[in-house]
Amino acid sequence: MGILDRHHVLEKNATLLLVGSLLVVSIGGIVEIAPLFYLENTIEDVEGMRPYSPLELTGRDIYVREGCYVCHSQMIRPMRDEVERYGHYSLAAESMYDHPFQWGSKRTGPDLARVGGRYSDAWHVDHLVSPQSVVPESIMPPYAFLMDRMIEPEHIVDLLQTHRMVGVPYTDEMIENASADFIAQADPFSDWDGLVERYPNAQVRNFDNQDGISEMDALVAYLQMLGTLVDFSTFTPDASR
Amino acid sequence: MSNNDKQDDVGTTGHSWDGIEELNNPLPRWWVWILYLTIVWAIGYTIAYPAWPLVTGATEGVLGFSTRGQVQEDILRVEEQNADLLERLTTIDLAAVADDDELHGFAINAGSSIFAANCSQCHGRGAAGVQAGGYPNLLDDDWLWGGNIEEIVYTVTHGIRNEQSFDSRYSEMPKFGADEILIDDEITALVQHVRAISGQEHDAELATTGAELFLDNCASCHGDAGEGMAELGAPNLSDAIWLYGGDEETIYASIYNARFGVMPAWSEEYRAAGGLSAAEINAVAVYVHQLGGAQ
Repeated sequence: MGILDRHHVLEKNATLLLVGSLLVVSIGGIVEIAPLFYLENTIEDVEGMRPYSPLELTGRDIYVREGCYVCHSQMIRPMRDEVERYGHYSLAAESMYDHPFQWGSKRTGPDLARVGGRYSDAWHVDHLVSPQSVVPESIMPPYAFLMDRMIEPEHIVDLLQTHRMVGVPYTDEMIENASADFIAQADPFSDWDGLVERYPNAQVRNFDNQDGISEMDALVAYLQMLGTLVDFSTFTPDASR
Repeated sequence: MSNNDKQDDVGTTGHSWDGIEELNNPLPRWWVWILYLTIVWAIGYTIAYPAWPLVTGATEGVLGFSTRGQVQEDILRVEEQNADLLERLTTIDLAAVADDDELHGFAINAGSSIFAANCSQCHGRGAAGVQAGGYPNLLDDDWLWGGNIEEIVYTVTHGIRNEQSFDSRYSEMPKFGADEILIDDEITALVQHVRAISGQEHDAELATTGAELFLDNCASCHGDAGEGMAELGAPNLSDAIWLYGGDEETIYASIYNARFGVMPAWSEEYRAAGGLSAAEINAVAVYVHQLGGAQ
């Protein structure tokens, strides 16, 4: 049996055992993880995806800060019951600009991957201020303080640059106009042509219906965008997934 | 001793501690065979199902399975089972659905599920609405935009005051206070007039002043007697049913800032990934229509 009889050499030499184990684990990693970086069907080729606008990205940060992901997933699995309830199953392309992604594996509340456009802004505000006022059986805690926390685009350029560093294709123009776009999106009377050109399908409204830009504006802007970007009329599912 | 006999059979591993030696028993045969079997199974599995990464894609597996294909099949299978009902639901005159027991039952059951998943968040699980937020009650016979079944289908399809459908229902009440169209006293008088026509306690003198202001500013949409106008979504102010509330403070706020209730467009035409099909909209309209208050 030759080499098989020599395993006692490995077993008696801790450093060698460590190197050997690392080697075996890396083979598993290379086979399972590495292909995801080069296979063409990992991320679908779809139309409509764009980086988050500055206000949406801020809303996303608030979403993460408040731990919304603890109870809400953002991934509709390809199963009939989920597709019937929430809409088209989620695509990898839909979270390609997410750092980190918000897929989640547990739902205490419903999935939010396609919550955008399902409710009015006023509903989102009512619901975040007091969830039980609109959904009596809800166990969600209130987030009324978001209305009082006014925000300014103080660090928005840094935020966009950081996301560019990890691969989100923010252009120089987007970074230059970040502060202006941040303010424009929450004010329908502003000059928002440039914003919509840079971020197609961006929704411009006074989301919280009060003066100034609050964290509520940012969070609702983010929620109203979720799942609305991909043009599904141009999407054909790849057979081998 | 039997231990010694066994030692003769299988030998030891050669490990020895203070004279205690470790027997080198072979693994049970059933266990070894199951191990071999799982290895063979795994190879077969990777041939049958998508598995091995190649240069640009992965092997597709001889069974041609895909999770996305399967969900498509599941949905199609159910749609085919109900194809006849769905077809009739999209082509029939909706007012006649109630005469067709089979179709009516199907529409109400389907509509009830659709309502629970999509409508109940605003209109309430029992469709009684939420007055604090101005989400209309769908059980009473007071309809903002018309309560016959065709009007309900239109409202669900296009929604109200949204940016999704160009054909969404739209009207905008002026902000009489915030935009300084009326002064404070005039709004207070109007409040009393609205209280008067809705049969509530009011200041008669102020209400008389308010009546004139009403004719000049409000009657074009809400009607001379405050009976409302469904074409413009202008609520009936003369009944005891209130969208936001009929107390003085709420009526004052409604006139001062106006209200701008928004309902999303539910047709899949406007939300390809999350909207409802024509048959689903018809089903939910039939469901809402039979809740009690429909016209």
